[in-house]
Amino acid sequence: MRVELDEPKCVASGQCVMAAPEVFDQRDDDGVAILLDEHPVSELHDGVREAAAICPAAAIRLVEG
Amino acid sequence: MKRIVVVGASAAGLAAAETLRREGYDGTLTLVGDEPHAPYDRPPLSKQILSGEWGTKQLPLRPYQVLDSLGLDLRLGVAATGLDTTDRTVRLADGSQVAYDGLIVATGVRPRRLPGEGAHVLRTLDDALALRGLLGPGRRLVVVGAGFLGAEAAAVAWKLGARVTLIEPAPVPLAQAVGHQVGGVLSRAHLEHGVDLRTGVSVSAVTEDGVLLDDGELVGADEILVAIGSLPNTDWLADSGLTVRDGLVCDEYCQAGQGVYGAGDVARWYNPLFGVSMRIEHRTNAAEQGMAAARNLLHPEARKPFAPVPYFWSDQYDMKIQAYGYLRGHDEVAVVDGDLAERRFVAAYRTGDRVTGALAVGMPPKAIRLWRQAVATGAAWREAVPTETTGAAVNEVA
Repeated sequence: MRVELDEPKCVASGQCVMAAPEVFDQRDDDGVAILLDEHPVSELHDGVREAAAICPAAAIRLVEG
Repeated sequence: MKRIVVVGASAAGLAAAETLRREGYDGTLTLVGDEPHAPYDRPPLSKQILSGEWGTKQLPLRPYQVLDSLGLDLRLGVAATGLDTTDRTVRLADGSQVAYDGLIVATGVRPRRLPGEGAHVLRTLDDALALRGLLGPGRRLVVVGAGFLGAEAAAVAWKLGARVTLIEPAPVPLAQAVGHQVGGVLSRAHLEHGVDLRTGVSVSAVTEDGVLLDDGELVGADEILVAIGSLPNTDWLADSGLTVRDGLVCDEYCQAGQGVYGAGDVARWYNPLFGVSMRIEHRTNAAEQGMAAARNLLHPEARKPFAPVPYFWSDQYDMKIQAYGYLRGHDEVAVVDGDLAERRFVAAYRTGDRVTGALAVGMPPKAIRLWRQAVATGAAWREAVPTETTGAAVNEVA
């Protein structure tokens, strides 16, 4: 799985950090998401899928495989 | 289950459809939407789309290929007009009928309007495109309703150079939702930017020349935006036998009837985390509830109550407002971090003896997440909120 973050679309909700804290963080100044791990290990995939699904800006895209 | 129909092709409906496929459902999946557009995002309509910062390319919720990979029977530009829960069929505006084994209702809301012609509303992409381009320097815009939508539109129009009048019937905008103090902070932002905020004023009608106030005054306008709340799209459910009461009434599992679930703005469900029935018009709730409804429909033997901490954000001028929880009907507000006057603070909300909400402006994410956690765990107010804060003058009893 490859994770893509469309940073300009991010609205800083932090929903991804709650769903997959190993893969996402937020910048301190404006809360915009930071992608920590572009290729997360398979144990983290469910959380990452959850993060992509609940992102209120549709800013997370997953390329499965 | 071989046939699932999702009515409503916005955030909630799309999340439901995606979840069904992700959880292994491989039967027929019909997604019905009354707008001609593929599923798109609504929050940017009153922000980047209205300002012209974005074109429409950034708006689709999923790229075409991703949508296509879901293998949907996609019916766009056609509204659902009726539901027969005995025969398990949905009637569509084009005269066709779609049979279902499972149904997810995600038909959203429509804007409330005022008597008279010629005013804009802001709910759909077409609404936003009709209004943008009419808001340049010197243009007179009257916004009726200083809720979050009206406030965002006013801020965008101000930035584009328009002369903005914002009319609100309540003495303090959003006081019901966020309390008088926070409502006051948001009001001052309008006034400091030169937006003519007029509170305690009711509008009786819109006319070609402007809006007509209750006292007979005409406030002149080139464009009028009416942003006075929404009505759930439940008319098509009238003869369905399902319970409709300011939304489609669902239980804590988002279930509304036999094989029927509700999600998103249209759904009124019982949220066990707060112990109340609620209907939430927030972008994040749409996706979360769409997912929850889909899972419970597909796996009734393992169904789970839908007990989220609601979240919303709003961008106004230089402020990003973020709120967690259920603020409506709160008993007390306390500023627990930062400073109201600097528009950099966290306010906590008490209902009964619990922390039930938190609202932040301009604070780092970790400061906000701490309070979300307090809401999610139902933290006791007297333990979570320092006593010097609760005893201070910033305190407010609603």
